[in-house]
Amino acid sequence: MRSLTKPTTAVLAASAVAIGLLSACSGASPEAPETSPDDTTSTTDEATSDTPQDVTLRVVSLLPGSDQAAFDAFDERVTQFEALYPHIDVEAEEYEWKATTFAAQLAGGTLPDVYEIPFTDAKTLIENGQLADVDAQFHDLPYSGDFNEALLEAGKGPDGHVYAIPAKSIYGVALHYNRALFDAAGLDPDDPPTTWAEVRSAAKQIKDATGVAGYAQMAADNTGGWQLTSATYTRGGRTQVAEADGTYTATLTNPGTKAALEFLKALRWEDDSLYADATLNWGTVNEKFAAGQIGMYTSGSDVYTALAESFGVTPDSSGLKVADYGLTAIPNEGADSGVLVGGTLAAVNIRADDAVKDAAIKWIDFFYLQPHLDEGPAVENAQVRFDNGQPVGTPVLPIFSREQYETSLGWIEQFINVPLENMTGYTDVMFDQPVVGEPSASTQEIYALLDVPVQAVMTDQNADIDALLEQAQTQAQSLLDEG
Amino acid sequence: MTTDQGLVPTRRRRRTPVDWIREGGLSTLLFALPLIVIFGVFSWLPIGRALIMSFQETNLVVTSWVGLDNFRSVLADPNLPTALRNTGYFALLALIFGYPIPLVGAVLMSEVRRMKGVYSVLAYLPVVVPPVVAVLLWKFLYDPRPEGVFNQMLGWVGLGPMPWLQSATWAMPSLVIEATWAAAGGTVIIYLAALLGVPPELYDAAEVDGASIWRKVWHVTLPQLRGVLLITFILQIIGTAQVFLEPYLFTGGGPANATLTILLLIYRYAFGQSLGADYGEATALSLLLAIFLAVMSLVYFRLTRAWSSS
Repeated sequence: MRSLTKPTTAVLAASAVAIGLLSACSGASPEAPETSPDDTTSTTDEATSDTPQDVTLRVVSLLPGSDQAAFDAFDERVTQFEALYPHIDVEAEEYEWKATTFAAQLAGGTLPDVYEIPFTDAKTLIENGQLADVDAQFHDLPYSGDFNEALLEAGKGPDGHVYAIPAKSIYGVALHYNRALFDAAGLDPDDPPTTWAEVRSAAKQIKDATGVAGYAQMAADNTGGWQLTSATYTRGGRTQVAEADGTYTATLTNPGTKAALEFLKALRWEDDSLYADATLNWGTVNEKFAAGQIGMYTSGSDVYTALAESFGVTPDSSGLKVADYGLTAIPNEGADSGVLVGGTLAAVNIRADDAVKDAAIKWIDFFYLQPHLDEGPAVENAQVRFDNGQPVGTPVLPIFSREQYETSLGWIEQFINVPLENMTGYTDVMFDQPVVGEPSASTQEIYALLDVPVQAVMTDQNADIDALLEQAQTQAQSLLDEG
Repeated sequence: MTTDQGLVPTRRRRRTPVDWIREGGLSTLLFALPLIVIFGVFSWLPIGRALIMSFQETNLVVTSWVGLDNFRSVLADPNLPTALRNTGYFALLALIFGYPIPLVGAVLMSEVRRMKGVYSVLAYLPVVVPPVVAVLLWKFLYDPRPEGVFNQMLGWVGLGPMPWLQSATWAMPSLVIEATWAAAGGTVIIYLAALLGVPPELYDAAEVDGASIWRKVWHVTLPQLRGVLLITFILQIIGTAQVFLEPYLFTGGGPANATLTILLLIYRYAFGQSLGADYGEATALSLLLAIFLAVMSLVYFRLTRAWSSS
């Protein structure tokens, strides 16, 4: 083949392509979006500086796929914040807490400056050195002593410093039900089940009368284990015990877990009233419920916000309407029975410098905490949400004290648009229920192990519950021993 | 430099870089540069990184060297035998069910007189559908309730509703059916092209000898296609050993780990816990799988050297 002796045009073209590619690569490098530490040239920290440097703060907004109206409400809050702190420029991004993106974003430096993490993962992240120490900035907050200690504990490191702040969605697991299906089945929607036996018979009645599955349980992506643990707590069992010497013992073969699995087995194979899909997770069970395909299920008590914001529950939806949503307490049976609680913390990116940490605390204070503490911000926040048709007033467990929570509800009473009258089954008792935190060691891994018995019971009529729990127990214990 | 009368060739002067450029070396390099850069950054560099990571314990932020610990814990994982068994089961089912179908389809299509093109398009259409879309569609079709599409169709012939993905026994076969549907078209096209290379005189000779259609296929078509068949066989084995999409999207490895495959196990090591758990173990298992497949391919090509048509 004759080589090109006059390669001018061809060489120029190839060079142009190569140079273009290389510059595109450098433009897209993971370092580029991380403008916040580079923007600030200030070396002073704390609020003592009276000419704060301009800071760009990247924060998380909502779950991807939420309603446009929800995003509009969020954007209004951002505008209000920027008016209050002109030197802070807020950039918001959609965010979902997911293993596939979190570690890569963290390593690549593209994680937002303020992001949300569930209670379960805070301790591990702190241990791995992946959260910024915001203790100093936290204690500058005038109300730093008013937090519910148990909640604050979830975000503290072994050194007692605060790394993540309780922010939102503090929930206790509760029972959600479809009032329209209750009506159709001849059950009284204002008298929801209060024991597991009543749940079973209500589920059967719904299935027999309407053909719709009366009960559903999450089973996949660690949510199966999460709900099984919650079901265990309500029957007086515990899946883990903390020993005096700092080690943990798995107790997965306790009678509560076994009873919870037998309950599922009975509903699935004897009554045929269980929604028979072993791939349900937090999102898909909400989807099916919002579509009117499920009579009852258990999930966090605050899930109504997500149902309305992201899963299409509206006053006139063709599936579950707002007026048909019902919330009641999860049945508690036996001594030692408790309700699993969890929630969301706000954390600050480990790469944030002091100026960014200051801005981050201001944002956390403004967006997450002020609406609980001060009438002005509470009304502002509620007004914005109300005007955009977003749910206001979903029952959550208090970040501060019960009195503070009830006071704050009083401020926003005129904006409350969630069907609180259909939630009295929960709100009447929510402060009296004994609360139990999620197990502290290897939490998510043990949830993953517990997914297996749940899925097995839902798909195999002859599933041997004892053997499944024994197997999970052995694996869980070896996880706890090595971790 | 003087020379004798053509008996000693002129001594070449040494090549210089200018000669290299003049002969087109520079333009060759520049043309190859984008390819080298892209493959380097997106293919070879990650492979190298994975090799290094398999000897480390890392969550991409905190890293430490742990030697062979990752390999030891991977081999001791109680889920590994399950994953191996399930992957082997998938590969076996795909071989029994999915390997002959494209061949049969191609042979039938090559006999068609008119509208050959239409059949080729129809066969290839599933390949063109994006895999995620295909899986979501099939998930809907596989609804285990009697109202599910496939269960309704079974009802027409009097068969009861099948649990499909909701049963540990039927989940894997369900995955194989969808995987075959999605991938057969590509292989059909390859076989069709190979069939064109079979000399028609062979078929005529067989006809003269009184061969039926089956004997023609067995004695003429298959031997002529031997080379292609051997290649597609090993490609299928390698491909099915790395199946990830179907188990991940259909069942997430369930129910109760009945569809957990090796690659899904690797994915779980890396991303299974909400924090992105253990890249060391994930890369270690990937490395073991890669070595196994490489060795198997070498052995395969050795053994089939005598049979291949080259």
